[in-house]
Amino acid sequence: MSTTIEQTAIPTGTWNADTVHSGLGFEVPYAVAAFRGEVTDFNVSLTDGALQGAARIASLQQKEENLTAHLLSPEFFDAERFPELTFVSEEIRRDGDDVEIDGELTLKGITKPATLTGTITGPTVDHFGATRVGFKLQTTIDRTQFDIRWNMQLPNGEPALGNEVTLKADLTLVQA
Amino acid sequence: MKILAVSGSLRSESHNGALLRAAAEEAPRDVDIELWNGLKGIPAFDQDDEIDPPLTVEAFRDKVRDADAVLFATPEYNSSIPGALKNALDWASRPTASNVFRNKPVAVIGSSAGAFGGVWAQAELRKVLAAMGARVADVELAVGHAAEKFDENGALIDGTVRQELRDAVSTLVELTLESLLVAA
Repeated sequence: MSTTIEQTAIPTGTWNADTVHSGLGFEVPYAVAAFRGEVTDFNVSLTDGALQGAARIASLQQKEENLTAHLLSPEFFDAERFPELTFVSEEIRRDGDDVEIDGELTLKGITKPATLTGTITGPTVDHFGATRVGFKLQTTIDRTQFDIRWNMQLPNGEPALGNEVTLKADLTLVQA
Repeated sequence: MKILAVSGSLRSESHNGALLRAAAEEAPRDVDIELWNGLKGIPAFDQDDEIDPPLTVEAFRDKVRDADAVLFATPEYNSSIPGALKNALDWASRPTASNVFRNKPVAVIGSSAGAFGGVWAQAELRKVLAAMGARVADVELAVGHAAEKFDENGALIDGTVRQELRDAVSTLVELTLESLLVAA
């Protein structure tokens, strides 16, 4: 069986995320460093060159349950009213290992255009014979455009929490 | 729909209590606004007492849990929230991650003898409630010069304020209906 697969095109057919070997998270400046979080319940698929994904906000994981509760509250993500973050691609451009994906990101019920940039690896056949393609993607959003406005002032007058949030996706998609 | 009404003032002839009684009069059909009178019975918050909380605290939490929404009317003491009210909320905010105010629709209104109607106390109360995880309605009603707006029996006699009160209650009711739909 040949394992040589075309490496320059966006894979066609249907590919679904192996969620155990994928991760979705965010990073935002907080006080003096970056603060990170991730969601564990999500699904992502690539179907005939179109990428789409949905993440359950309630699956947000933090090291401290009170912080998780605060992030799920109406002051932040408001998971009760807006249970999902979604992304739907409109165009995917590949140049070697580099990839750019234009699409629409919906968070807290607000939809904005977003471009994910990063790299694509594969498709390649794994050690069990499944064909996988990997994406390492990120985009930066202004959280206030998605009505996530909480902040506190530091003693020096600066805001404690940054507005620019980096969303990151490390995806392993398996050919259906 | 059940709305619990909480006054930040303990005074028997409080204008904030009177404002909440007027709100109850203006409640739409099928909306029951119940005034809570237990504030004075809430002891000072002490984390050591959390293992076996005072019965009055449990009763307050039960009232909030059973209500579909909470309407606050607060006076302003020294530019901020009255201590007794903040103390009751500090009790109610525990345990933090699952407290009875999480996602609870709330609205803040208030009255004062001065010109500004307690706007700073209201703003701080909204901040506290949001930090507790409540769903704070976009409502502002600051009734200044309270002595001119209520008669000697505590009845609201100002037609403009009465209309603003109707609007405030209506906004809270709409927010609460949305929450009831989400929960259904």
